Amino acid sequence: MLPFILKRLVTSLVVIWVIITATFLLMKLCPGGPFDRERSVPKEIEANIRARYGFDLPLWRQYLNYVGPLLHGDLGPSYRYQGQSVTGLIADKFPRSAVIGLLSILLSICVGVPAGVFCSVRQNRWGDRTTMLITIVGVSVPSFVLATLLQYVAAVRLGVFNAAGLSHWYDAILPALSLSVYSLAFITRLTRSSFLDVLRDDWVRTAYAKGLAPLRVLVGHVLRNAILPVVTYLGPLAAGVLTGSLVVEKIFSIPGLGESFVTSVFNRDYTLILGVTIFYSTLLVALNFLVDVAYVWLDPRISFDGGERR
Amino acid sequence: MSQAGQARAKSPGRLVVERLLRNPTAVAGGAMIALLILFALFGPALSPHAYDEQDYDHTRESPSRAYWFGTDDLGRDLFVLVAMGARVSLEVGLCASLISLLVGVGYGAASGWFGGHTDQLMMRIVDTLYGIPLLLIVINLMVILGSGLQNVFIALGLVYWLDMARIVRGQVLRLKSADYVEAARTLGAGRVRLILRHVLPNTLGPIIVTLTLTVPNAIFTESFLSYIGLGVSAPNESWGTLASAGARLEFLRSSPYLVFFPAAAISLTMLAFNFVGDGLRDALDPRHVG
Repeated sequence: MLPFILKRLVTSLVVIWVIITATFLLMKLCPGGPFDRERSVPKEIEANIRARYGFDLPLWRQYLNYVGPLLHGDLGPSYRYQGQSVTGLIADKFPRSAVIGLLSILLSICVGVPAGVFCSVRQNRWGDRTTMLITIVGVSVPSFVLATLLQYVAAVRLGVFNAAGLSHWYDAILPALSLSVYSLAFITRLTRSSFLDVLRDDWVRTAYAKGLAPLRVLVGHVLRNAILPVVTYLGPLAAGVLTGSLVVEKIFSIPGLGESFVTSVFNRDYTLILGVTIFYSTLLVALNFLVDVAYVWLDPRISFDGGERR
Repeated sequence: MSQAGQARAKSPGRLVVERLLRNPTAVAGGAMIALLILFALFGPALSPHAYDEQDYDHTRESPSRAYWFGTDDLGRDLFVLVAMGARVSLEVGLCASLISLLVGVGYGAASGWFGGHTDQLMMRIVDTLYGIPLLLIVINLMVILGSGLQNVFIALGLVYWLDMARIVRGQVLRLKSADYVEAARTLGAGRVRLILRHVLPNTLGPIIVTLTLTVPNAIFTESFLSYIGLGVSAPNESWGTLASAGARLEFLRSSPYLVFFPAAAISLTMLAFNFVGDGLRDALDPRHVG
């Protein structure tokens, strides 16, 4: 197993390096400098600013100057927020986004998996059909529509929740809910079809035939086999929650990382855009790595060099 | 020979269509898509107002006989704006599916067919792009390109072939060593003929399903970008910008219809395409028919 882990680790690192290099080069290609304002500054001052941030150096020096500190976790200074480092901004904002994101991931797994199991057991009965219809609505309604709807109904009309801000723990509920609906619906569908596949296997019939309780068969035997697709979905799930947070945080005025990312896009705060992109990508690549390792660990049939199972 | 081949090849297709027509949600989805196309084509002409016509005496007015969907804060007729938004969304969907079809199928087929090191390299590129969430790539591209519908097309085009490439590659890899392909090769069929005439038609099912599911994805991405202000730019509007403008808290309190109509349009469109995509998948995969 160790060679497999090492190989995956190296690939992950290469992917992260490609992302860093590509986004860095793309940002350098950007039309207009990060310090363009409506009022133009005198030439000397502009030259000073450029020198201050090392823009007068050749590209390869700029690249090394960026990547060097990056290895120590330093993403450089923000171009817009004077005296703030990108790393500091991320460390400051990300925890709020993480709480909401984790809450929504937990919600979608804890509700989605049981719902999918329920559907697979009652395949084509009305309970299954209704749930499937609801899930297709769930994967269709965009998170920003859902967030606005929840905000309108629960906060503006009923006044049960605050419409904006994150000052109490319960302020996290509406954003987490709007983030989780897509993945909840998707996990339900995934679990259902995966369970349906496994339930057809001969050994399931054997398990029932030797008199095991249905719940015991489902949880003790089928679950471990059928949960694998859900485990692989964790990567895309996190990616979805992450991108969803960009817009949901904006709607609920939550001062999280997603909200500052969107703002940085408008401020043309290039180091912040670059830093957040690298941070998010690294997070997801790391997660995908863990998921792959977990997959191999959960399914002994898979070959360690990444071949097909069975 | 080709006549007989065609007659035989048609019957599974007819079977799929029959199965699809027996699926009520798929039929409903298809009807909704037809309505949407009609709405996009003729909607703007139906309303007595032009989309750039501003009526300063009637701003943020509730839906009425004069303004079917009400007016926005600039006094524009929301019905026309939503209909124009339908055009944008359909264009985006069309563009993404064309890219997916041309680039994705070509890339995937080449990768799967050549195999070996070429395949390894080509798939490594796809895997790397997959490692980053597509929306992050698209956002970064939009930052560089600037907002505007044309740039949305470019950004979508650069990423929306990945799914298709993966799926087609897998299918081609599986099919290229199939007996009937070997037989055709033995009979002297060239490489191009083998791929176009023998391998690709057999991957048509997954290609169509992927295509129908790419459309709502692209429509969602455009509205998402427009919602956060990176998509189409003023004075053009899309469902995303309209929903975003209407979702401001003060508007939500006083005139919720401003967000209701564009939001409903996006959701129903996505729903319709997902209905059809799902129905197609079930119809093409007999295992799913219970």
